[in-house]
Amino acid sequence: MKVLVAVKRVVDYNVKVRAKADGSNVDLNNVKMAINPFCEIAVEEAVRLKEAGTATEVIAVSVGDKSCQEQIRTALALGADRGIQVETEGPVEPLVVAKLLKAIIDKEQPQLVILGKQSIDGDNNQTGQMLGALANMPQGTFASEISVDGDKLNVTREVDGGLQTISLNLPAIVTTDLRLNEPRYASLPNIMKAKKKQLDVYSPSDLGVAVTSHLTQVKVEPPAERKAGIKVADVDQLVDKLKNEAKVI
Amino acid sequence: MSTLVIAEHDNSSLKVATLNAVAAAQVMGAGIDILVAGADCGGAAEQAAKVPGVGKVLVADNAAYAHQLAENVSLLIAEVAAAYDNIVAPATSNCKNTMPRVAALLDVAQISEITSVESPDTFKRPIYAGNVIATVKSTDAKKVITVRTTAYDAAPAEGGSATIEAISAVHDAGISAFVGEEVAVSDRPELTSAKIVISGGRGMQNGENFKLLDGIADKLGAAIGASRAAVDAGFVPNDYQVGQTGKIVAPDLYIAVGISGAIQHLAGMKDSKVIVAINKDEDAPIFQVADYGLVADLFVALPELEAKL
Repeated sequence: MKVLVAVKRVVDYNVKVRAKADGSNVDLNNVKMAINPFCEIAVEEAVRLKEAGTATEVIAVSVGDKSCQEQIRTALALGADRGIQVETEGPVEPLVVAKLLKAIIDKEQPQLVILGKQSIDGDNNQTGQMLGALANMPQGTFASEISVDGDKLNVTREVDGGLQTISLNLPAIVTTDLRLNEPRYASLPNIMKAKKKQLDVYSPSDLGVAVTSHLTQVKVEPPAERKAGIKVADVDQLVDKLKNEAKVI
Repeated sequence: MSTLVIAEHDNSSLKVATLNAVAAAQVMGAGIDILVAGADCGGAAEQAAKVPGVGKVLVADNAAYAHQLAENVSLLIAEVAAAYDNIVAPATSNCKNTMPRVAALLDVAQISEITSVESPDTFKRPIYAGNVIATVKSTDAKKVITVRTTAYDAAPAEGGSATIEAISAVHDAGISAFVGEEVAVSDRPELTSAKIVISGGRGMQNGENFKLLDGIADKLGAAIGASRAAVDAGFVPNDYQVGQTGKIVAPDLYIAVGISGAIQHLAGMKDSKVIVAINKDEDAPIFQVADYGLVADLFVALPELEAKL
């Protein structure tokens, strides 16, 4: 079966992002960019399905400006077969990303679509579910384990208080949680090979999707700081402070 | 202005997260109804009807909604949403699963995990793992919103007398099925609602050492959590995880043991009222947010703390 994987270019997870002093936006000048960690897990899972003989082809798709081709190449180096970029400018809201991905689904007819559960920039946690609704596909979000069983997909999900297992009709959507797998590192030969893999570029109008905006970012600001506390000398003082000063035990 | 709050419940009772969402809805204005979708969920509906300030409790009681399958519940919510300006849900794993589907069915944006209502169309929400707070304005006539539960104190649970109205519409998409669940059984309080949380990090060194937290948790009636580093290292299951990618908690007392204080962990606990950090590295960033810091070897400090509580 054909597997479609969505990847997003985001600020590297090690970067501590700050708001610009004028509050107009976050300061992303000269920061390192990378594939969103949850998307990397999605790519790894798709590649494992291919290695297991379950998937026949893995297609990596990204929505963004030309620079996101770098992350598509990363996915190709990890083992995806070909790439698709949907060329957009500026920020694109999850609903629009979902509409663009729906159009790619219509073109490619994958049996399985794997996405990260959220991107570590906007922290929205929406795109996979929205795509499920638009494509009328079932979804296994926050997946920690998946297995294909004939025309069904079993998904174990990380939920409040434990794990839930559901069975989905294929084609289906999966969004990844942290423990689904541990992504591999791309080898140098594979990075070289990835440069030669096919990468098609579409515009939203090619796909018949209007890039609309439903939200405006008014301003950004740093979160409220906690005031610095004190260091206690020993356990006795800690217990005393908690009992008599903070009065929480 | 009318708001539909989506109830988080286990059919027999209402979860406190619903009351956090009601509190956020009350800031948006009067005219609050609650939707309880489930199977044999009369118990949860009756509790929802007691929440003060609620006009109606709509109950969709059908096997199709038994396990909160997003494919089915989203169709129901999208239909009921026709009569409301705002659809508000707590950002629990169920609602995070379902609400974006609702938004897509309604062709509107979702505003995820708001921490403040600034005006009827403007909200604050954390982005970049809580390093930045964004103020966003919605241009949608109908708004789908999830609420970070720790940002709102729970609305009162008793004192109201809303009417209960049954919804007969049944939406069964027929494309997904519940197979089973493994719910962690514990005598301890739930992580997200506990008054005291004690969490271990990579400094615990292995899963066996998490037992050092047990005695203290028992004495304090605390829930046990963990940092992502401890979960990634396989010390404890993922449902222990506190942080941007795990659970967001805001207890009265949070005790971080052997946790360095990575950004992603701080995002999950920095709204706690009192934070204690125990770490042998005096330069660990966790001390920058701790009210009380103890620089000590946790293997010495924990048994002593347990003995002295």
